[in-house]
Amino acid sequence: MSEKKQRKPPTKKVPMREQEPVKRRKNFNEVALGYSEKEALAEAEKCMQCRNPKCVSGCPVEVPIREFIELIRERDYMAAAAKIKETNSLPAICGRVCPQETQCEHTCIYGTRNEPIAIGRLERFVADYAREHEEPLPPVTPKNGKRVAIVGSGPAGLTCAGDLVKMGYDVTILEAFHKPGGVLMYGIPEFRLPKAIVEAEVEFLRKMGVTISYDYVIGKTRTIHQLMKEDRYDAVFIGTGAGAPVFMKIPGENLVTVFSANEFLTRVNLMKAYKFPEYDTPVRIGDRVAVVGGGNVAMDAARTALRLGASEVHIVYRRSKDEMPARHEELVHAEEEGIRFDYLVNPVEVLGDDKGKAVGMACIRMELGEPDESGRKRPVPVPDSRFVMDVDMVVMAIGTASNPIVPTSTPGLELTKWGYIVADEQTGITSIPGVFAGGDIVTGSATVISAMGAGKRAARGIHEYLSAKAA
Amino acid sequence: MYEIKAKRVLNPSTKMLVLTAPDVTRVCRPGQFVMVRANETGERIPLTIADCDRKKGEITIVFQEVGKSTKLLGSLEVGQSVQDVVGPLGKPTEAEKKYGTVVVIGGGCGTAICYPVAKAFKEAGNYLITINGARTADLLIFRKEMEAISDEMYETTDDGTCGVHGFVTTVLGDLIQKGKKIDLVFAVGPVPMMKFVSKTTEPKKIPTVVSLNSLMVDATGMCGACRVTVGGQMRFTCVDGPDFDGHQVDYNELMGRLNAYRDQEVISDTRWSKEHGGSK
Ligand SMILES: Cc1cc2nc3c(=O)[nH]c(=O)nc-3n(C[C@H](O)[C@H](O)[C@H](O)COP(=O)(O)OP(=O)(O)OC[C@H]3O[C@@H](n4cnc5c(N)ncnc54)[C@H](O)[C@@H]3O)c2cc1C
Ligand code: SF4
Ligand code: FES
Repeated sequence: MSEKKQRKPPTKKVPMREQEPVKRRKNFNEVALGYSEKEALAEAEKCMQCRNPKCVSGCPVEVPIREFIELIRERDYMAAAAKIKETNSLPAICGRVCPQETQCEHTCIYGTRNEPIAIGRLERFVADYAREHEEPLPPVTPKNGKRVAIVGSGPAGLTCAGDLVKMGYDVTILEAFHKPGGVLMYGIPEFRLPKAIVEAEVEFLRKMGVTISYDYVIGKTRTIHQLMKEDRYDAVFIGTGAGAPVFMKIPGENLVTVFSANEFLTRVNLMKAYKFPEYDTPVRIGDRVAVVGGGNVAMDAARTALRLGASEVHIVYRRSKDEMPARHEELVHAEEEGIRFDYLVNPVEVLGDDKGKAVGMACIRMELGEPDESGRKRPVPVPDSRFVMDVDMVVMAIGTASNPIVPTSTPGLELTKWGYIVADEQTGITSIPGVFAGGDIVTGSATVISAMGAGKRAARGIHEYLSAKAA
Repeated sequence: MYEIKAKRVLNPSTKMLVLTAPDVTRVCRPGQFVMVRANETGERIPLTIADCDRKKGEITIVFQEVGKSTKLLGSLEVGQSVQDVVGPLGKPTEAEKKYGTVVVIGGGCGTAICYPVAKAFKEAGNYLITINGARTADLLIFRKEMEAISDEMYETTDDGTCGVHGFVTTVLGDLIQKGKKIDLVFAVGPVPMMKFVSKTTEPKKIPTVVSLNSLMVDATGMCGACRVTVGGQMRFTCVDGPDFDGHQVDYNELMGRLNAYRDQEVISDTRWSKEHGGSK
């Protein structure tokens, strides 16, 4: 032992209570249970209140992290919530689904020697506290008489709407579905993000003055040009997400028990097929299920299939564990629940019977070669490695593409070669004056918080644009 | 909420509702459909817009009561509302165009569905032949409406209780055999009927358009539930259709996909019948 002063061993985050894996794999209740007041205080105490904190720079919407943690320490949770809401309209959601490990917690200074401060868990604690204790509305801003239409009520649209209403704009969200939230409602499952929480966050925005019209498909019910010219909105924000499923283009993909993750999750989450027949929308579930893909969507689909009664669920991914894009926590949760992982495997055909039901999935093995454009090692097929997996249901969770309804109905809107909307990174402005865009429809499938960041920057962009126009 | 302004029982299992949906009527065109969700626990089902009154802001839907969702819709009365009506969705039929002689074929409740399309063909100056088929005389619908717009009209019943004894393809085959010059055939109805219509027109390569009724969830191209194989390619009925080249559709696959939830439909239907006094 050296003579040097003994340094304290690295500390860990205060653990968050969770439902036991054996129990939760059979129900749709939330997996993570959140901090108690005592746990939140203990975690907040560790924050060093850095003079030059690094956590904020890791946050796409610049939540005043040091300040809200300080307010927790003062036990003023309501003020802490208000502090977060200055820049983030959806903290109860972000606290649950943001990949903090690559964002604020990744840059946290305390985290250089220890596990970082559990910023996400603290955010969740504060937001839940405020919601459960009749959080007051922020002061109303006088209306400035200008009207903005927001297309889509996903995180991008909701954030843009919230920020604009705070600046005094008259804001109307036009949503294709009968419920708000986008992926938060139809994609991410109840056990990870309870729908009542999404609805409460949206309700808060509504109370602040945001109007929402449902069953309203832009490009069908009304076009972007009509919104601008006939309905006389001063500006339009497009936040329609990357809603189009991608299939592998292999034989057997149209079999009856092959689903896109979008279809499978929408049936279960938005239409509540897990409560069939109380709810009318059904969902089919196999006994042995393969989910193809390695992102959050694949984890969600696999864990949902398990909860609906599949006896064995496999995640089939063509690269290795290190390349998996899913959040670390989701991966761990899936493993704990007994999801099996087949790495370096790629499907080549789904085999079916005469009723159109899947009876197997032919795959080949892969190995990692040279890195590709994304910097990840490219998977290459192993010769003569074909084998058949014994499955009777397949979910394709290999990504999404740009939904063509808005792009094809909006002449003059500049698109990338993949069909996404070209928008300025800082202001969100598109090739059409007064029309802004952000979120997955610009970047392709990304994260809740990056969509929120884009919505926030676009709100600022719209404000600057309309102020300059008025001057 | 979308109020029911009128209701008509077309035959014992087929009903017609007129709904207030002004946003839909502003832009809808023949061949398009709406997604309807009857109530908070309901499923979203696609129904073709059978008529549209722009001035009143009302659309007409016609449906056969085949399962829980359609029975639930059929149980609603004037003055009540349906929870959601979304649309107009899908691409309009290219009916506002002159082809020459057009044969419009409706099977079962398909007759009501193809009515606005037939009307548009007629208004565009086409010579309109309609063939209206059903199992039995009582089930023939929209007879007066069709008669009013047709240059020639045929009716067929499987049991011979009205019109030609046989199928719609019996009449179509006859017309073709007699050497009638047909420029386009448009068919809506049960999958086997569309399949056989397409088979009948194939040898003479008569352009044939069918309007497909795939299962749908969102109907905005988001989920792929409605996918069909057309000409060897994967297409989405809700955004690429519902109209496709009848000679290119893989009907067997379509049938399989339409039957995907048969077991669950029986569960829902039985439950509904129990709660509603066992009435059919
Ligand atoms: C299953 C799943 C799990 C995920 N898990 C995570 C996670 O854990 N963490 C994370 O950060 N990210 C996650 N993501 C990604 C994240 O959800 C998305 O990046 C984010 O929701 C994108 O937000 P958005 O506002 O751009 O679009 P969306 O959330 O897609 O919302 C778009 C909205 O626009 C509506 N719309 C579309 N077209 C029209 C139209 N023509 N007219 C009117 N309205 C229209 C849609 O109905 C929808 O409500 C997940 C995604 C999925 C699918
Ligand atoms: S960087 Fe970490 S320790 Fe410093 S203020 Fe932010 S959360 Fe606290
Ligand atoms: S119904 Fe979902 S893509 Fe057509």
